[in-house]
Amino acid sequence: MFEKVWARHVVAEGPGGHVLLYIDRHLLHEGSTSAFGRLAKAGRRVRRTDLTFATADHYILTSGAVATDPEIRGMVETLSRHTAVQGIVYFGVDDPRRGIVHVIGPEQGLTLPGITLVCGDSHTATHGAFGALAFGIGSTEVEHVMTTQTLWQRKPQVMRVTVEGRLALGVTAKDVILAIIARIGAGGGVGHVIEYAGSTIRAMTMDERMTVCNMSIEAGARAGMVAPDETTFAYLEGRPFAPRGDGWARALAAWKTTPSDPGARFDREVRLAASEIAPTVTWGTSPQDALPITGRVPDPAEAAEGARRDSMVRALAYMGLTPGAPLTDVKVDRVFIGSCTNSRLEDLRAAARVAKGRHAVVPAWVVPGSGLVKRAAEAEGLDRIFVAAGFEWREAGCSMCVGMNGETAGVAERVASTSNRNFEGRQGRGARTHLMSPAMAAAAAVTGRLTDVRTLAG
Amino acid sequence: MQPFTRVDAVAAPVDLPNVDTDRIIPARFLRKPRNAPDFARFLFHDVRFDADGAEKPEFVLNQAPYRGAKILVTAENFGCGSSREMAVWALDAWGIRAVIAPSLGDIFHQNCLQNGLLPVLLPPASVATLRRQLHERPGATIALNLETQTVIGPDGAGYRFEIDPFRKQMLLTGQDEIALTLGYEVAIAAFERRQGIEMPWLAAGRA
Repeated sequence: MFEKVWARHVVAEGPGGHVLLYIDRHLLHEGSTSAFGRLAKAGRRVRRTDLTFATADHYILTSGAVATDPEIRGMVETLSRHTAVQGIVYFGVDDPRRGIVHVIGPEQGLTLPGITLVCGDSHTATHGAFGALAFGIGSTEVEHVMTTQTLWQRKPQVMRVTVEGRLALGVTAKDVILAIIARIGAGGGVGHVIEYAGSTIRAMTMDERMTVCNMSIEAGARAGMVAPDETTFAYLEGRPFAPRGDGWARALAAWKTTPSDPGARFDREVRLAASEIAPTVTWGTSPQDALPITGRVPDPAEAAEGARRDSMVRALAYMGLTPGAPLTDVKVDRVFIGSCTNSRLEDLRAAARVAKGRHAVVPAWVVPGSGLVKRAAEAEGLDRIFVAAGFEWREAGCSMCVGMNGETAGVAERVASTSNRNFEGRQGRGARTHLMSPAMAAAAAVTGRLTDVRTLAG
Repeated sequence: MQPFTRVDAVAAPVDLPNVDTDRIIPARFLRKPRNAPDFARFLFHDVRFDADGAEKPEFVLNQAPYRGAKILVTAENFGCGSSREMAVWALDAWGIRAVIAPSLGDIFHQNCLQNGLLPVLLPPASVATLRRQLHERPGATIALNLETQTVIGPDGAGYRFEIDPFRKQMLLTGQDEIALTLGYEVAIAAFERRQGIEMPWLAAGRA
């Protein structure tokens, strides 16, 4: 599948195995402002304004207030100005379609099978759930795509990760990807695109496939892909920017040729059984530091001497954890449900099922991925469930996942989070992050500790 | 882009694997302009300085022998995580011209190439040897030559590294990649015409 998408986008062959790759969709957020600045300074225009789309997510306050910090406010205002000057569709502050760039791309039908899609954000891998080749790029490459609609790329290798079987009750897509990252390691996918396959992946909804692909970068892979199928097509049909009428029929015929042919060869193969995967939480400061919730904080003394042991010691000191302690004994200070990994309608439903009829004992935020996700959730009454349970129902944005908009945790505060990175300082200087699924985060909110959601009665 | 030809300079060892770009530059600094006078101070900020802004003596770049380092020798997957190019800008502002590693985060690697910062990939054992020597002889130098694709370690031992000819040429000349690509206008326009006929729905991006 990767090979086909790649081959269909080669504009020219360059030296040294590099090709000039055409980009079908370019998504922008406030981080694109420096690229816009250089573009303007060079006196250039965005080449394909019809393939370029922007939204504000990273620097938005999800309290609904306008930032008092002029630098934060300026990031949003600058994006608004540049997109207006260039004539780019912008889902701005007051647009109900505004939201996290990786939520609204699919939601609007901008993300399609077989396309190339880039964005100046590492979680662009999310869009691979549709069989697109989607990857994050830096600011200089953002300017390159703005100017030329292309990128010089060297062909990566392809790793197939196959997950077979049915997930047990309480086990979600988040647990699947955390288990995959724990298996191959935070650097295991470097230089690769991951193709996710197997019956477990096939049975997933689009929201679930997006959660899996989203965290490909946490395994080192710039892109992750799932072959498009009837689930994909059903999701896309009728979306605002998706093809219609004749175009839909032609697109569908083309998309059906996108999946890998039987017998396709991969540079590396990894296999997991769904039955091995339990509700999972992270204990350390790398997404690979993940264990079943039934486990204990690992003991560095049991690890081989060297860098691995040193990292564990450092991570446990940062996280303030005692080796050997049951993970379910770890108390949390607050809960964050949101991010491009887990802020879609199904994520919010899963959290609400746990919250319903219970009460949060620590501050708990629910941050929908987009204005439209928020509306849909409210139409089902999810907001009322959360509010009744003492959770805070907020506006769409990256919020506490990204730690750049002022929405952060304090020093040594422990957060049960549905986001994607538990790096040191990611959610605020000295903040301690445990990654988990929305249901597990909601369970932590109502008990005040890391909790096996399966043990909460009915 | 500043060209890279050769650097013979002090190298600093970074021993922990999976150093992410959030650690290289925390998110709250990403809204600062690249030409901000204190941009170099953002590099490794939260591991380099304590909460009061004082230097942490245990951090490698705060130690006297390594203060003039122009090369980092790291463990695997250095620069993983966020795509923030400011990680490379902060390294550059501080004076780092090259990173030697067994592996690098893919996006970070690409961002290095865009900024004239040389990414050198060597086998894990070779990198471990270099780091050990840098610990044994703090302030020791490493010589990098892109033309010959060689690394000369503190003990004089040589290592050859691979880099594809396209990136090598771009780094040696410091050529602007956008200017290069604009020379492909005919090919890009031809691609767009062909794609417009074969996949007309792709350009129908207007609701």
